[in-house]
Amino acid sequence: MSLYAMQKFLFALNRDVEVQRRYSEGGETRAALLAAYDLNDEEREAIAMGDIGKLYVLGCNGQLLMHFAPLLGIAWADYLEAMREGVRKYGPVRAGIYAMTTGTNEKVAGV
Amino acid sequence: MSLVFAGVCSHAPGITGRAHLAEPAVKDAFHAQFHRFGEAMRATRPDAVIVIAAEHFANFFMNNMPAYAIGMADSYEGPIEDPKWLGIEKHAIPGDAALSQRLIREVMQTVDVAYAEEWKFDHGIMVPLNFLTPKYDLPVIPVNINCQGPPLTPLHRAWAFGEALRRACDAAPERIALVGTGGISHWPATPDSGKVNEAWDAAFMQHWCANDRTGMLGHTDEATYREAGQGGFEIRTFIAVAAAARGRGEIFHMKAIPIFAVSCTAATMSVE
Repeated sequence: MSLYAMQKFLFALNRDVEVQRRYSEGGETRAALLAAYDLNDEEREAIAMGDIGKLYVLGCNGQLLMHFAPLLGIAWADYLEAMREGVRKYGPVRAGIYAMTTGTNEKVAGV
Repeated sequence: MSLVFAGVCSHAPGITGRAHLAEPAVKDAFHAQFHRFGEAMRATRPDAVIVIAAEHFANFFMNNMPAYAIGMADSYEGPIEDPKWLGIEKHAIPGDAALSQRLIREVMQTVDVAYAEEWKFDHGIMVPLNFLTPKYDLPVIPVNINCQGPPLTPLHRAWAFGEALRRACDAAPERIALVGTGGISHWPATPDSGKVNEAWDAAFMQHWCANDRTGMLGHTDEATYREAGQGGFEIRTFIAVAAAARGRGEIFHMKAIPIFAVSCTAATMSVE
């Protein structure tokens, strides 16, 4: 698993408007952008699809992932729910320090 | 001169970005105390404010992660985040490269620190500045302690870093304010967002207010992660401030606001 490469992509995406433009354009432009990162198929697909839940489970640092959601137009409550849904679908967080400690039906902050 | 003000505060992005989702009276009570905290700092007429924040991969990444970094520019920009998401518009923020360089040279006598002539402020600095310097008219010296990407600097080194900052401030003619941001217990950017450990927070802040070095440094990262979440690693900024100020703390506000994902805290410390 190339968790480092996924996180490096998110780092670039959060900082660089040109990376944001290329991702948002989609299609071959997005594919060419992601080809520059050493990702396996599962990771590349999760990023290309904007699968917040999968990226969370794969261990992406929450502080990097947190900004991907608004870039995709995902509101705060939906972002939290997307991570819960990821754990429901793919199981517990596999790496990193952002593991989930509450139940998938808990909403600590009410959202 | 030296330090004229020391304090610590929360920096969670929800404090400004999700203010509209909080109970208005609860939000207003905290914001009022956060503004009071800013007024207390400005009343000391600082020439610059050092903000020790635990940043979140805005500038530093795992390809080259410094344990400690200090900004050394005459101007910065922020927030790096979407202004609508954070609830703070983009600003140019003044710095003071010459003062930074003098501080860095002195800190380096005892603590190896990276310097950065570019720095994009994230919520770790921008949320506090929203209350500390709402006009963005006071030079800021940004400081980062890596609290995100383990391995993390040991707590006793954070204390030593605070001591080094104090020594550097003592050697400067400017009036300098020092603010540490982050913490205390929280599980941000996870589905647990909103969870805090109030007993842990109270115990830590009791040690902080008493400037109890042994109490503050007695936490292992393993226990902090278990009891206070990964957000708890940010106590390093509070520890550095306590080491620099050498005084006693006064809490303006410390109450959990779950939609803000943290025990919303603002506290000053006397400079001794």
